[in-house]
Order: sequence, then structure tokens, then C-alpha cells
Amino acid sequence: MSPVSRGFHRRRQDPAQTAGRVPPGQYVTKDFPVLSAGPTPHTDLDRWSFSVGRRGQQKTWSWTEFRALPSQDVTVDIHCVTKWSKLDTVWQGVSVDTLLDLAGHDGPFAMAHCDGGYTTNVPVADLTGGQAWVAYAYDGQPLEPEHGGPARLLVPHLYFWKSAKWVRSLELRDTNDPGFWENYGYHIYGDPWREQRYAGD
Amino acid sequence: MEALDGNAIGGLLIEVFGTEMTAAPTVCGNCGDARPVAELVVYLRAPGTIVRCRTCDSVLMAFVTAHERMCVDLQGLAVLG
Amino acid sequence: MAGTALRRRLTWQLAKVTAVTTETASVRTVTLDVPDWPGHQAGQHLDIRLTDEDGYVAERSYSIASAPGEPVAITVERLDDGEVSPYLTDELRAGDDLELRGPIGGYFIWEPDDGGPLLLLAGGSGVVPLRSILRHRERTGSTVPVRLLYSSRTLDDVIYQAELDQPARGVEVIETLTRHQPPGWAGYARRVDAALLADVAWPAAEMPLAYVCGPTSFVETVSQALVQSGYPPERVKTERFGATGGT
Repeated sequence: MSPVSRGFHRRRQDPAQTAGRVPPGQYVTKDFPVLSAGPTPHTDLDRWSFSVGRRGQQKTWSWTEFRALPSQDVTVDIHCVTKWSKLDTVWQGVSVDTLLDLAGHDGPFAMAHCDGGYTTNVPVADLTGGQAWVAYAYDGQPLEPEHGGPARLLVPHLYFWKSAKWVRSLELRDTNDPGFWENYGYHIYGDPWREQRYAGD
Repeated sequence: MEALDGNAIGGLLIEVFGTEMTAAPTVCGNCGDARPVAELVVYLRAPGTIVRCRTCDSVLMAFVTAHERMCVDLQGLAVLG
Repeated sequence: MAGTALRRRLTWQLAKVTAVTTETASVRTVTLDVPDWPGHQAGQHLDIRLTDEDGYVAERSYSIASAPGEPVAITVERLDDGEVSPYLTDELRAGDDLELRGPIGGYFIWEPDDGGPLLLLAGGSGVVPLRSILRHRERTGSTVPVRLLYSSRTLDDVIYQAELDQPARGVEVIETLTRHQPPGWAGYARRVDAALLADVAWPAAEMPLAYVCGPTSFVETVSQALVQSGYPPERVKTERFGATGGT
């Protein structure tokens, strides 16, 4: 380890308040850091659409149609692979269960496709059973572009790179193909409680 | 956080290539845009360092460090140096 | 350019802080004694690495403020939500160790043989590497004409004001204050735009060399305007610092 810099410490929240909620290697932050691998897309709502299904057989909703779907308010903890965790984050969105029921789901794996070209892969079993949403509001406000607005995938039980920003479709597939970060060596699944940050963990 | 430019990865590139690289010429493999490394678009605040073409946004270089080993992907470049 | 490539290892080393001096309310210059410093070029930067007791590591880059031959110094602006900058400006003191590696940079550098006339364009703390260039020019006795256009929010935010009030011969300093100007202010009072550049910049026909440094949005606006006014892109060098402060 490098020599310790006298008097330097990162910001951290009182550990006693967060016992049991913080996966190994994480620290709690009150900020909401913005991490991005590319420019922030800005998609007009009248051109936005969201699709679910196998390629060529997708069900598609316009923004108006999407917002008319039943939605949920959820409070969840989120964990970024860069080691920050944020507790009790409040979101509003459509459950992926709802979307898959309407689209007729078929296929064990999903690839999320996003404006700007980002992708990430998640097993369908991790998107159902109340574990995932397509969220369009954070903390009571419309989701800001820098945090993934108009809508992002929200899969809080996995590292937050799986909660793809600017999501536009969930493509169902038979194979668990790696997405953007997975291709560069991040873990194919990404369970924070087993500290699955990188391939081979 | 706004994007930076290739100057910000000067140290990283010396680590990877063993030599100063910010003045090295590059050509984007997607659109042919040509400019020195220093003028490429760099995203540092991410699970890895991503370097993109200033004209077409294609990923030109990606650097991910996992367990003290760095994965370096340069597939987006047609020319480097 | 190939001739300036350096084959060497870039290793982290421990430097000793010899002084922390106040430039403005939020800006400090940290002067360092670096035992194995190989020398640097004007415009280069170094990387700083901080480690806490848990082994958490934070790294940032800072432009070198001093000229080649002077003690190594960096100038740091404290960002309110920064993780590293408040430590460097508020906690660090003479006698402390600081881990660094450098010098780094082969593009945003100037040597007297590169010629001019020079147009230096600074947005906020972007003035730091340009000040290194100015000091190097003076120390080498170069007579290349220079114009420095320096944009700050208020007069209290201007770094190196005393030095810039007494520029070396052949150096013209033009300041603009974008947020608030004192009574009697004779400089510009707005963000740098194409019209302001048209007033200040060397005509493209004189084959000037331009160095633009500061927040990303400042660099984009200024460099694009220069190229549109006829500066060849390869004679406009850019270094982006992100929204504010250091890299």
C-alpha cells in the first residue's frame, strides 16, 4: 500500500447507521455521483419509445402509452461497482414484470439497449418477481438526463452498471451475451453481496 | 461531469505504452477523424476510462483495471502513433 | 513530434511540501521538493495520489505552475464538492509528504523554438499551465510576442494577479470578469465570445500558436471560434479541465 497521506480521508457516513445494508467493500454516500462512459443523450419524448421482446417481435410503447401503464413507487438501496452505495433512494417506474406480461416473455436472458449505444445483460429471472423497473422519476422529480432520463433500468440487487441509463429496449435472447462493461472485464452477473465486480470473481 | 480530453490520460498512457502518447496521431476506425490523442474525448468518471472520437462518439480506447490487471481495448482506432 | 517522445518509466515518488501559499480565497499554490525530478517542460502536468488509512486511493492531475528550472509547484482550486482539492488547499502543510508522478505531457507544451506570436487563453484555473509558459518565456529571454486573454468570475478569483499586473516585455494581458466587475473596471465584462476574440486574437495571417485551457465548455467555445476565424486546427492546442478546477 502507498504511504498514507496525513489527514486524508474520504467522506463516509456513520457505519452504525448502515449496519447490514452495505455490501462488502462499499462505503455509503449522501451524494448521487454521475458516472458516464459517453455524452449524455437527449431524446425528445415524442420520439422516445420503449420495446420488449425478441428482435423482430417486440412490443413497443410510446412515451404517452408507457406513462399510462401501472407504476410503482419504490425505495431501494443502490450499489455502484466503483464502491459507493446510496441508501433509501426513491424511484417511480413501471415494473419489468408488467412489461414482460404485456409483451409475452420468452427467453432466459435480456440485453438492455440504450440511447448512446450502451448495453448491459441481465438474466430475465433477475428482472422479474418485483426485482426490476423501468424508472422515469427519482426523488419525486422526472429523472434528469445525467441520471438516465427520460427512463432507465433499475435493478438494485445487482451492481448499478446493470441499471442501464437511457434504456430504450429489453431484447430477449437465448444466450447471456456480455454488454458494454462486461466485454471489458466486468462480471457477467454482478452480485454486490458476493462482490462480483470483475470476471472471475 | 463534463468530458475531458486526452491530456487527462497522459500518465495512464505512459503506464500502458511506456512512452509519452498525448501528441501521437490517431485515426478513428469508424469515421476517419484524425487528431492527436490529446484532442480525443475522455470519460474518467466511470467504471473504466473510455476514450471517444470527437466527431462520431465511437469508442476508440477503453481501459479497465480489475484486480491490479488492466484490460486495454484499442479496437476502435484505425491508427495510433 | 516523434523526437519529443520519451522512453522512461513513470514511477510514483514521495515529494516533500515546502510551502502552501494563498493565491485567492479558494486557490493555493503548493511548492514541492521532488528528490528525483527529471525536469519538466512548460505546460506539463503531474499526477497526485492520496491514500487514506483504509487503503482508499484518490488520484488527480494538476498542471505545473512553475517554469522549467524553478522549484516544482502546482496551483490548486478548491472545489466545494471535491474529494482531493479541499485536502490540498486546506489540510496540506509544509513538511508533509505528497505522492506524485510526472512530468506528463507532450502536446500541451511550449518551447521558445516553437515560436509565435502566442495567444494564451485561460478560463479560471486554466491559467496555471499558461503561467508556466509565460515564466519559461521570460527566463529564456524569448522575445516572442504574447497575448494572454484570461477569463475569471470576479476580480477576487484572478490568480497570479500581482504577476499579471507587471507582465514581462512583449506580453500583453487582457482580462475579462464575467460575473462581477469592480467600479472603474476597464477590462472586458463578459464571457469570451467570437467578437471578443476578434478584438484580442492575433490575426490568423500571422500564423499564431494558440493554447486554450480551462473548463471544457470554455475550451470548446474558444477553440471553435479561433478555427472559424482562420486559425489552422493544428495551431490551436487545447487542455480541458472539466466543469471547474483541475483535471
